[in-house]
Amino acid sequence: MSSVSSGMVGRSAGDRIVLMLTIAMAIVMMAPIAWVVALSLKDNKELMTDMNSVFHVPYTIANYINILATSSVFRWILNSVIVSGVLTILTLVLSSLAGYGFARLNFPFRNALLILVLLGLAVPEQAVLIARHQLFSWLKFHNTYHGLILPGLAAPFGVFLMTQYFRAIPKELDEAALLDNASRFKIFWKVLLPLTLPAQATLGIFTFLSSWNDYFWPLISGTKKEMYTLTIGIASTQTNFAQSEGLGFLMSQAVFAGAPILILYLFFQKYIVTAVSGAAVR
Amino acid sequence: MAEAALPGSNSSAAAGARKAVQDLNAPLWRNVLFVSPYLFFFVTLLVVPLFWGIWLSLHKADAFGTGRFVGLDNYFRLFRDKIFLQVVGNTFYFVLLTVPALAVIGLLLALALNRNTRTAAALRAVYFASSVLSVTIVTLIWRTVFIGNFGLLATVYGWFGATAPAFLSDPTLAMIGIAIATVWWCIGLPMMLFLSALQQVPREIYEAASLDNASRWRTLWHITLPSIRRTFVLVIIIEIVLQFQLFGQAWLMTKGGPNNASKPIVLYIYEATFIKWDLGLGAAASEILFILIMIAALAQYFISRRKGEEG
Repeated sequence: MSSVSSGMVGRSAGDRIVLMLTIAMAIVMMAPIAWVVALSLKDNKELMTDMNSVFHVPYTIANYINILATSSVFRWILNSVIVSGVLTILTLVLSSLAGYGFARLNFPFRNALLILVLLGLAVPEQAVLIARHQLFSWLKFHNTYHGLILPGLAAPFGVFLMTQYFRAIPKELDEAALLDNASRFKIFWKVLLPLTLPAQATLGIFTFLSSWNDYFWPLISGTKKEMYTLTIGIASTQTNFAQSEGLGFLMSQAVFAGAPILILYLFFQKYIVTAVSGAAVR
Repeated sequence: MAEAALPGSNSSAAAGARKAVQDLNAPLWRNVLFVSPYLFFFVTLLVVPLFWGIWLSLHKADAFGTGRFVGLDNYFRLFRDKIFLQVVGNTFYFVLLTVPALAVIGLLLALALNRNTRTAAALRAVYFASSVLSVTIVTLIWRTVFIGNFGLLATVYGWFGATAPAFLSDPTLAMIGIAIATVWWCIGLPMMLFLSALQQVPREIYEAASLDNASRWRTLWHITLPSIRRTFVLVIIIEIVLQFQLFGQAWLMTKGGPNNASKPIVLYIYEATFIKWDLGLGAAASEILFILIMIAALAQYFISRRKGEEG
């Protein structure tokens, strides 16, 4: 015990320096966000005459009130909620069914199909994007909600995650239920599915977040202003960026769009971190 | 459950149940019903488009149809196109700028924040926070930092009477500016991967080292770093795959300019396909990107396999 505590004392000086450096770096890292928030609280005319006015009063929430009055931001948020929400629910349903099927049931070509799906993990979006776009042009799916949602359903990550998760559940549970003459679907629904809640949360948050932040597919599929997702909509407001007259307003839109995700992150931090790192390693 | 707990109470039911357990492993077509809803979308929206993309790359095609078969002509056009060669070089340059920085900074942060204090937990949260933002917000933030006249950088430099480097309009700095924004955006993931690796290093090794009075540096150098070597390689590969697909930052911060200096492969694909509507050329460029990413992904597969064997 004494050797451990003396080790602690020896470490604390170095530890403190490291901690100070990490805190200093965190402040530098947050500075751009603080800058954007500060700009959003300034009057546009004042910004044009003197940028240093950012650092002192008066601040105003006029830009945010302007959003309520004029911006399409609400429509874009609604679009994003619909697209990400429906995609997340459907992904959870499809992945759970398929994960159970691959992990617990046997059917012809099961292993070959599973390997095929896992190979799909290595396919980057760009390799399928152009053909998907052409297919959706023929089907007249562009600028519709289903056009924005459907491509996400093909992602193999959810199936991979759920298959792994179902495999980790002891088989005795299914067998006990089978002795009760429960149907295959009932076992899945009543016995196993409730046990996969942590994986459902991980997959759900990951799917929602990546769909919410997706930039490429909505950019080429939802090209009408009223079908923009929030990510695309905010990007579209950046075109007149060089004119600083709208700077404060532009920044308030960015804060308005970024804040909900950051707040969500504060509440679900653990799940989000698990989901994002899990998806990366797979 | 109660019935199952009474063996032999109903022998015919028990026999049926035993048969049911055996059925669990029998290959039955109706079991496909569980996987077929997903497989439908997997095949129509991933497998078919993948091969269709290869097919397209061998054709002269526009938005609404496939034209004539041109063999490898699209690929030859790419390799004769100076801009395509430049964007491949740009992409490698970007990967070289971001991946080592992400791995090293991520590792340093993980080493500094691998402790059970409230401060460390709060700092971990701060460093990961930028990862949840969309590329649109990230680029908006960084353009307000970099932009001349009224950016944060220009303002800070102005206090000292200096002129800030023109990160987005100087061809030699544009890619560096995009790299800085990208490292800022993506630092959370490598940090978290390193943290979870550090937490898996057995505590006993550290205790043994402290009994030996090993110095901090020796412990770090001879115990900690070797035990997370595989994670280090994994992080490098994951980041190579991710950063190879650079698109949004370049498109939104510089439009690939000035003079294509910050144009990556994906932006080239986007312009060829969805602005010039030369689908065959875009598809051919996509296949080349696919091959490059596949090489990195295969490396990842073999490394995570080895991890499984050792564990």
